Formats: sequence, structure tokens, C-alpha cells
Amino acid sequence: MSALTPLDRPNSYIGRSVPRPNAKRLLAGRGRYVTDITLPRMLHVAYVRSPYAHARIVSINALAAREMPGVRLVATGEDLAKLCTPWVGTMDHFKGMKSPPQLPLPIDKVVWSGQAVVAVVADTRALAEDAAEAVTIEFDELPAVVDIDAAREPDAPVISPELGSNLCFHGKIDTGGIDEIFTGAAYVVEEEFHFGRHTAVTMEPRAIIADYDASEGQLTVHHATQTPYQFQDIYSRHYGIPESRVRVIAPDIGGSFGMKLHMYHEDMAVVGLSMMLGRPVKYVADRIESFVSDIHARDHRVRARMAADAEGNILAMDVEDVTGIGAFSAYPRTSVVEGNQVYRLMGAPYTFRNYRADLQVVFQNKVQMSQYRAVGHPVACTVTERLVDMIADKTALDVFDIRSRNMIADDAYPCTSPTGYQFEALSHHACLAKLKAMMDYDRLRAEQAELRTKGIHRGIGIATFVEITNPGPAFYGVGGARISSQDGAIIKITPSGDVHCSISVTELGQGTETIIGQIVAEHLGVDSNRIKVMTGDTDTTPHGGATYACRGAGIGGETALQAAKKLKANVLAVAAAILQDEPEKLDIHSGWIVDAATAQQRMELSEIARIAYFRSDTLPPGTQAQLSVAHHYAPQGYPFAFTNGVQACHLELDVETGLVKILKLWVVEDCGRVINPLLVDEQIRGGVVQGLGAAFFEECVYGDNGQLTNGSLADYLVPMAVEMPDIEIGHVETPTLDTQLGAKGVGEAGTAAASAAALNAINDAMKPFGGTVAQVPMTPARILKALGHI
Amino acid sequence: MEALDAFESSGEDASYIAGGQSLVPALALRLQAPQLLIDIAHIETLRGVELQGDWLRIGALTRHCEVLADPLIRTHAPLYSDAAPHVAHPAIRNKGTIGGSISHADPASEFPAMTLALGAELEIANRDGTRRVAADDFFVDLFQTAIEPGELLVAIHVPVVRPGHRWAFHELARRRGDFALVGCGILAEFVDDAVAQIRIAFFAVGSTPIRAQQAEDILIGKRLDQATIAAAQAVAGDDLDPSEDEHVPPAMKRHLARVLLGRLLGQIARQAP
Ligand SMILES: Cc1cc2nc3c(=O)[nH]c(=O)nc-3n(C[C@H](O)[C@H](O)[C@H](O)COP(=O)(O)OP(=O)(O)OC[C@H]3O[C@@H](n4cnc5c(N)ncnc54)[C@H](O)[C@@H]3O)c2cc1C
Repeated sequence: MSALTPLDRPNSYIGRSVPRPNAKRLLAGRGRYVTDITLPRMLHVAYVRSPYAHARIVSINALAAREMPGVRLVATGEDLAKLCTPWVGTMDHFKGMKSPPQLPLPIDKVVWSGQAVVAVVADTRALAEDAAEAVTIEFDELPAVVDIDAAREPDAPVISPELGSNLCFHGKIDTGGIDEIFTGAAYVVEEEFHFGRHTAVTMEPRAIIADYDASEGQLTVHHATQTPYQFQDIYSRHYGIPESRVRVIAPDIGGSFGMKLHMYHEDMAVVGLSMMLGRPVKYVADRIESFVSDIHARDHRVRARMAADAEGNILAMDVEDVTGIGAFSAYPRTSVVEGNQVYRLMGAPYTFRNYRADLQVVFQNKVQMSQYRAVGHPVACTVTERLVDMIADKTALDVFDIRSRNMIADDAYPCTSPTGYQFEALSHHACLAKLKAMMDYDRLRAEQAELRTKGIHRGIGIATFVEITNPGPAFYGVGGARISSQDGAIIKITPSGDVHCSISVTELGQGTETIIGQIVAEHLGVDSNRIKVMTGDTDTTPHGGATYACRGAGIGGETALQAAKKLKANVLAVAAAILQDEPEKLDIHSGWIVDAATAQQRMELSEIARIAYFRSDTLPPGTQAQLSVAHHYAPQGYPFAFTNGVQACHLELDVETGLVKILKLWVVEDCGRVINPLLVDEQIRGGVVQGLGAAFFEECVYGDNGQLTNGSLADYLVPMAVEMPDIEIGHVETPTLDTQLGAKGVGEAGTAAASAAALNAINDAMKPFGGTVAQVPMTPARILKALGHI
Repeated sequence: MEALDAFESSGEDASYIAGGQSLVPALALRLQAPQLLIDIAHIETLRGVELQGDWLRIGALTRHCEVLADPLIRTHAPLYSDAAPHVAHPAIRNKGTIGGSISHADPASEFPAMTLALGAELEIANRDGTRRVAADDFFVDLFQTAIEPGELLVAIHVPVVRPGHRWAFHELARRRGDFALVGCGILAEFVDDAVAQIRIAFFAVGSTPIRAQQAEDILIGKRLDQATIAAAQAVAGDDLDPSEDEHVPPAMKRHLARVLLGRLLGQIARQAP
């Protein structure tokens, strides 16, 4: 053990399991979430919500509420429309997409059950809720559009008549000749899949305080969001406040998962209410409100078929996806991105070139559906991987063999998918081989056969996936959305040689600040405990994309890396001037300027800082020390950094009750350079749990009238620790060559394929009984139905 | 008693609060808004577990976590001990009381059904004194019991289990600690390996905990062989009254109840001395 690894260099933090410096603070109860913040003269808002999924607002009577104790303001849609311009959740690159304009509160009709209609602002939340009960709204109920098929019938009621129909977007992909391929194929399998709605259920709900100070024309918003810059832009434009006078601060965030990057009506209203009152106004969604106003995810029905030749080589896929998004497309990211990723990610790990898909995005009287962790991925992955298993059944190939026969070879890159995605370098075969060894596959199969004779039914399912990470401007920017794909960092050295980095990627509990600290420490050459990383404040950090689509490490990390190198060059220039040496011959290790060749210590960084800040008179004439740098980085190579991996699920099915015990889950994943194994593995584990939640537990169930029937944590089941298996993780590292850092994203990998692996495992367990399941969540009722018990 | 007087003087717009684990959620949801909360958590006469001859007296304020650990309950009223780990989660068990659970009478709750299976009697106090109501007469309807407004449940009196008694408890739940999809507790007395008496109490299958009387009738006088168990399973569904529920349809509840009954009777059959 004498060879030095890259981890043996001084300040080599990249690749190490560095614990999160902020974890202790949060554990000690010193976290500062929006809910914890109390501003002087702060008021609280409660909303009166629509009990109907679709209704005209006939009248609003707030006289009694205005007289209630502590009430400062009762505001309606009309009041807020005087201050706030409408917004439309469309992007230009989705050709033909449409969505109606939205306002903070509705003026003449409500379009989902739970929509906020009237805002009541009072001294406390309790007083506001008391007064909200005294507001009477007369509604004229309209027929609700709930079902995605009924919504597209020619005589269906149209939710937004000005749009002409309930169709938001219709997309098609066709590489040609699909019908002929299916007609001539040795094997064709097909299935109809259903993906229920579920929602984020963050530990910290949505929370916002808007504070408009008319004396300065300044709006300060404390907002539990992952994208403060996006909201700075939105508040500025829609309320007509100059951008320099809008400050958005995202303090500690208790989970987001994509849910906190959309514009919510209540949140937009809070800004207007503060402007009307000239006082800070706080809104914190309670759990019941979260269920009826946070975005929901998924909601797809996919009919799909796959053709293969006699040897089990996949020839083509043919897919039709219909997805229901609620009455609007979400702003500013749109609700088409999910469906777009569903129909473009289908079959992504495989070599076949023939593909046809039809995507219809449909309006309905439900809460908005939009981006949530692993946007579109689990849908594409489940459909593809189930069909691959069905081909395996037909051809009597093992589930591993069918995949290795059809996956893109590890040395075939760069290449493109039939839907036009460009892959720089993926590692499907290496991941698959590693997974098979990790799970001891052959032993599990033997055990399965033996246990079946004793009436114990275990299932094994695997699912290969491709994940979209590090998006460039092609994702949002070219569509006209003012969402940045670049990031910026400012790094400065303090007079005692500490380092301060403020950066535009944000911390939501996933460890962004930790990895940025690791990268800066390594590339500047200082101990990581001397670095402080600041995020989440538009006044003190450069403008950037912040956190979405698994971009924090890949893009934010590269920004930090380049900024640190720039600063290091500046430090060495001053050091060289002081030491009368050449900068190229110097280096920085652990906060010391050293001789690059011998590592001999020459001078402490703190000494350079002292001289630069307090005794600049001793520097050679003309030397101006630049101990702060600002730097931006935007991805310019591949439009996305695709990653890949494979998951396996092992479970036991009680075939009499439909209850499932998940025994184990394995993930092998390739996110390029692993910056912090601890954080990467926890991202994967958390993602897997959300994927298993979707597979077995989580579903927003609506009645025929558009009412959510299980909007509480008593009825909506989130996965809990007891039900979750051990999750074993392995890595293959294929760094991207687009950046010096080489990191790709990883935050969505766990979610992307867990439900697909679980679905394949359930179908594997049910094989002796003939039934199959193609719907998630796989509830006991659905499993019992598939088994013919009910 | 002071608490009973307080209720009287409130004009009946009051609620007793014991562990608060059902009441506080209801207040938070604005489903209930009494003007007065009467905290009964410190009333000494409502506490304690005590053996009184052939009866075990369990004070209404005995918390779920105490039920879980109490040696007297384990010995004399073991169905409560078996059920306790399935009632909610530790944090809730540390506060919630058995009396609160039985008074609240959620049809999906474990303890009310075990009260029925054990054939317990409920001691109820009002300003005129106390009375005892048999479990079979206590659970009236959804969240409705023989307790009249203003009355207090003081204690649960359980006839202690004897040699010859066998029992079994299980519930089917999607997550540990959730209210069950279906649950069941059985107490049977055997004479010469045949069932002499049996009480089968299901929960989460109707508006109250329910005894599977047709199944009980089939079993009385029989040995628990496979055919007998199957015969009891066949009729068990008819005793139940699950409501229309799109999440768990009645057909599924009945199916699960049959499966559960088969498993529990099998377990009891295997307990032969
Ligand atoms: C998340 C969660 C999960 C839960 N899961 C389960 C579960 O799986 N199984 C289960 O059985 N329960 C469950 N519960 C409910 C829990 O068991 C409650 O503790 C119990 O139902 C009520 O007991 P309590 O002492 O908290 O009563 P409280 O909430 O204080 O009172 C409940 C009602 O009973 C009345 N009351 C209380 N004591 C008396 C008395 N001595 N005399 C007359 N009236 C009285 C009160 O006035 C009130 O109307 C759960 C609760 C929560 C919050």
C-alpha cells in the first residue's frame, strides 16, 4: 500500500466523504426556516378556498370577516389584479403549446377544488383562519373535467374557452416505418400503464414572507424555494418593481424535490398583500393546504408496445402518452417538460433506432401537475423496462441477458438516441455486470425457486435507466423562460486568510454547500474548515440557475472550481511579488504558499492577506492584490450531461393479502466524478425511497367530481423507515470531459428507476399465478385484483 | 367530581382531554371547537392497573405505552398487550390512553375491538354515581358509545384469562403503526381440545368493532381442523359491514378478514397444550 492515490494530495477533498458542516446546526435546532422568521409588524394570511373543482364565482361577502378581531385586510382576485400582471406558463420551443393567463387569486371562476379565492390578513394565523370562516362565497357549480379521455371529447366542457379545447400540447416523434416493423416482427408485446398522481410532501411546507417597504420601494421576500433568482425576476416583472429593489432570500429549506420551484398563487398573492398593507405578510401552507395546492407529479396513461426479432433484439417502440396537468400549465417552467421527457427518454438505454410516440398534455380540474424529482424518468423507465421483461418472457431470455443483448455498448459513444438525445459516454454494461455481482443474482434465483415450493413468493426485478442532468440553455432559456443555466460565484480571502464563497447554487438539505466547500478547498489549497459557503440570497450572491435538474454539482461545482483557480492565480501573483519568485514555481497547500517542486512552506496565506489588506505600502509598486474574484460558468458542450445506472429490487409478496415486504434494493450508478460519496449515496437512497413511495404507497386519489379524497397524512401514505429496505449502492465513474471537474448530476437517479424495478419484481413474484400489474402505486387492492382474489 | 361539574357548568360545550392524540388533531382540523377543554390527565381514580379477584381493573388513563409493558395486563388481559405495539407509533403511545381510545371508539382502533374480544365491562361515572356496561352493549355506532355527554369512562374491567384459554391477535396494515386495513382478536376457551366458548372481534370492518357471530357459532363445540376453519372463514364475511370506500373496497375487506381469520384460527389450533 505505498502508491499514492489522488486522495493523498494535500487538501484533496474531492472524492472524500466529508460530512455536511451545516448538519450539526440543523440537528441542534439552530436551523432558520422561513417559519422561524418573525419580522416586526408582521401579519399572517389565511385563504378561503374553493370547495368545488369547477365553478363560477357569483359573489363574495366579506363584511362579517372584516369586522372580526385582528383582521387587517380581506382581499379578492380583483384587488390583487390591480397590482400584479398575469402570467402564462408556456415556452416557445413547445410548438403549439397553450395555457390560460393566471392571476394571484381568481376573479370569476375557480378551476380546482382547493384553489385559494379570498385572502384574509390578520394579526395571527389563528385570527385569520377564524375570519376566513366568516367569508361567504356564492358559487355556481360547473361540470368538472376530471378524466383525461372525457377532457378530449368534442363535447367536453372547456375549462378555458378562449383556448378552444382542453389540449395544452400535442407532440409527435416518428422515425418512420413503424407499422411495417411491427407487422414483420417475430414478437410484439404491449401494455397499458397507469401512473397515479403523487406529491412531494416536504417536511417543511411551502412558506413565504413578503415585506414591501414603500419608503424605499423595496421588496424583500423570505421564500422557501430552491430558485431565488427566478422568483426575483418574477416578482420584479409582475409587480413592476425594479430588479435591484427585489431581494429574495431562501434560508434553510426543509426539502423541495422540485416542488418549490413553481409559481404558486398564494405565494404571488402574499407579495401583493404586503404592498397593499405596507407590512410584512407571512404565509405557511399547512399540510392540508399542501395537498391541494402544491404541484402534483406524474399522472400519465401510457399505451406502449415493443417489437423484437426472434433472438430478442429489440426493433422498435410505439408509445402513446396522455398526461393530465390540472387547469394551467405551471409557471415559469411549464407542465409539458414532464411529458416531453417521458416520450424522449423511452428506450434510451437501448440500441434500437425506430421509434414513434404521441404525447398529449391535457387540462383538467385538478391542482397543477409539474416538475418533481426525476421529471418524466420513472414513467419512461417503467414502460420501457416492463416491455423489455415481457420480451424476455416471450424469448425465454433471462432479464440480464435481454438487457445486455440490447443495451448500447460501453465503447459506442458518442452516439444519439432515436429521439435525438446526444450521449457523451455511458456505462450500461459495466453497471449491469457490477449489479449482478453485488446482488448475487444466481443465488437469489435459486432461492426464489426453492421458496416457491414452500408457498413463499419472492420477486426479482431490474431496471436500467438514463438520467438527464446538467441542462444547458436548450432546456429553458431557448424556450423564452428567464431561467438561467449558468451559475456565478464570488470567492474572497478574508484578512486572516479564511475564505468566503458566495454562489448561486442553493442548499436544500442535499449538501450543496458542503461540496462547494470541498471543491474550493481543493482547488485553492486551503483546509475546508476555513471556508464558509453562502447561498440563497439574491442580494449577496451572483445571479444563477440555482438548483434544479441535477445541476448543482456539475454546473455549480465547475463554477466554484474555475473561480477557485482564478483566485489561486491572483494569490500566487501577489505571493510571487512578495517572495520575489515566479508564480509558476509556487503553489498553495493547506493555507501555505509552498515551493511547487518541493512543497517547502514559504509563507502563510494569512500573511499575504495581512499585507494586502493592511500593509499594501510594502508591496512592490504597481502590485494591486486581487483577493476577491467573481466568476461565471455556463455549460457549452453537450446540451445535457446524461448519466446512467441500473437498479434491482427484491421483495416478498403475500399472495393472499396483496401486502409486500421489500427485502432489498441495489443501485449501480454512474454520475461521473463522485465529489462526496456520502452525499451521493444519500441522494440515491432518498431518491429510491421516493421511487418506492410512488411504487407502493403514494397517490393523490380524486373522486369523479374532482375532489381529492385522501389529502391528509392519515390517508396519503408516505414511505416510512420500517417499510424501506436496505439500499446497497455501487458506482461506476465515467467523468464528463465537458468540464474540468467531470461531475454529472445524481439527485434524481434513485427515483428514476426504483418504481420500475419494483414493478418488474412484483410481476416476477406473481408469475406462477398469471396476473400482471401495470399501474403504480401497486396497492394491495390492485395486486389482489391482478391475482383474481377480488 | 370536579371534572363532571366543570362539564355541567360549561353548558355541554366542553370536551374532556386525556392524551389528546385524537382530540388535538380534530381541533387542529377545526372539526371540533369546544369552548372548554377539561384536562382529566391527573385524576388519580382514573389511573392504575390492579387485580381484583377474577377481574383486572385497568384505569382509563393507562397510557398505550403502559399497556404495552404492564405485566398484569400481559398475564391477565394479554390481547391488549399483543395489540399495543400496533397502536400508532411510540410518540403517540407515550401520550394516548386506553380510556381515550375506547371512548373515542374509532372502528379501526385496536383497543375497542380487544375490549369486545376480552368480554370486558366498562365503568362509567356521572354526577349520580357509576355504572358498568358490557362491551357487547358499549359500542353503539361510529364514534358513539354508551357514554352519555358529560360522563367519564373510569376503568375497564377485564375477566382474567384462565387455563384453557387461547388467544391470538393480528392486523393487516400497509405500514407499521397505521390504522389497519383489517384486524382481529380472538379469545377462545377450550375443553378437551374443542372450542367451548369463543369471541372473535374484528376492527376496521364496519362502524363499530364487530363480533363474527356466525363464525363463532360454527366453531363452538368443534376441534379446529382445516375443514372447520374453512367453514368459519366462509361465513365470516357476512358478519362484517364494511362501508363503501374507494381505497379499500368492501370485497377486499371481506377477503382480508377471511384470510386473517384463517391465519389466527390456525395459530390458535397450533397452541394446543
Ligand atoms: C398519527 C396517529 C396515529 C394513530 N394510530 C392509531 C392506531 O393505529 N390505532 C389506534 O387505536 N389509535 C391510533 N391513534 C389514536 C390514538 O390511539 C389516541 O390516543 C386514542 O384514540 C385516544 O386516546 P387519548 O387519550 O389521546 O384521547 P383524547 O384525544 O384526549 O380524547 C379522545 C376523545 O375521547 C374522549 N375521552 C378521552 N378520555 C375519556 C374518558 N376517560 N372518558 C370519557 N371520554 C374520554 C375525549 O373527550 C375525546 O372526545 C393514532 C393517533 C395519531 C395521532
